[in-house]
Amino acid sequence: MAHAEVQQHGAHGQRHAHVEGQQHPIGIYLKIWGLLFVLSTASYLVDYFGFQGYLRWFLIIVFMLLKAGLIVAVFMHMLWERLAMVYAILVPTLLLMVLLGIGALEADYTFFTRGVFFLKGLF
Amino acid sequence: MNRPKHMTQAVPTSTVEPLPLPEGIQGIVADWSSDQRAFKNVPWGKAMMWIFLLSDTFIFSSFLISYMTVRMSTTEPWPNPSEVFALTLFGKSIPLILIAIMTFVLISSSGTMAMAVKFGYEKNKKMTFILLLITAALGATFVGMQAFEWTKLIEEGVRPWGNPMGAAQFGSSFFMITGFHGTHVSIGVIFLIIVAIKVLRGDLDHERPGFLTGRKGKYEIVEIMGLYWHFVDLVWVFIFAVFYLW
Repeated sequence: MAHAEVQQHGAHGQRHAHVEGQQHPIGIYLKIWGLLFVLSTASYLVDYFGFQGYLRWFLIIVFMLLKAGLIVAVFMHMLWERLAMVYAILVPTLLLMVLLGIGALEADYTFFTRGVFFLKGLF
Repeated sequence: MNRPKHMTQAVPTSTVEPLPLPEGIQGIVADWSSDQRAFKNVPWGKAMMWIFLLSDTFIFSSFLISYMTVRMSTTEPWPNPSEVFALTLFGKSIPLILIAIMTFVLISSSGTMAMAVKFGYEKNKKMTFILLLITAALGATFVGMQAFEWTKLIEEGVRPWGNPMGAAQFGSSFFMITGFHGTHVSIGVIFLIIVAIKVLRGDLDHERPGFLTGRKGKYEIVEIMGLYWHFVDLVWVFIFAVFYLW
């Protein structure tokens, strides 16, 4: 975070009181763009080569989270925001993990009861 | 200023100057407990956009999690997305190729958007305008490809209530999730064009207020527009992973 302060003070010098803008060299955007291309190609190849099972899941989720992280951190400038802002946005998002867990439990249960009542042969 | 000796730190109250930021959790407490304004160094509109995006995150998460729930709970076989979204190009069937191209198009639009924000803060009108237009064009291309995909699936008999390939929930999840995302992209394209015109006309240089607000036009609206656009790309990352690759 100290890094952000320095950069914003730097921008402060050249224009009056416009401390709120996010200015970063163009190179960082181009690098992230390239990285996102590589990661997208990688996740497409997971399907192309037909990986299955846990390996497929592991690769899909790792590439997904890396892409999401890069977009939020650099393109959306979260890396340079103050923690008060970052936490206000990211902490509530983590609560969705609870909904995800409840959804998975519920789905398991529904699948089980459907098996019992609709597909008698299965159990 | 009369302040008791034991108070070692002034309570930050000014909104004009950036305040010295205490490290870590102390910094969060200082920002959140300060007068009038918790999100410092951030324009008002940008904080509001972030809060809107947070609510949108919950909407899309609800869609994706309910999709997960219906997919996990169905006893019918789920149509294989790798085959459903395959295209025959040059006499060869390539799995998921249309979706891969759509992904690259949307990521490219995010790249041009990020650069538009950078040139906007530099007050480089021409570059900002061009990059915003390229972003809008890529977004429109994405929507066009999605329309093509919808048409193809509808012709194959996929409906929200059923399809010839397997579980009925496939159609309802597909149309709901991609439809909502496509709507976001379309609205984004419209606003990208509006912002591009504002930039070209010099509305932001002359601080002319917009059509819905009395607030002065500033180049920060390009960044706020960018946040929305990157969010649309972000949602696609999750849709691509859990809907098309699962």
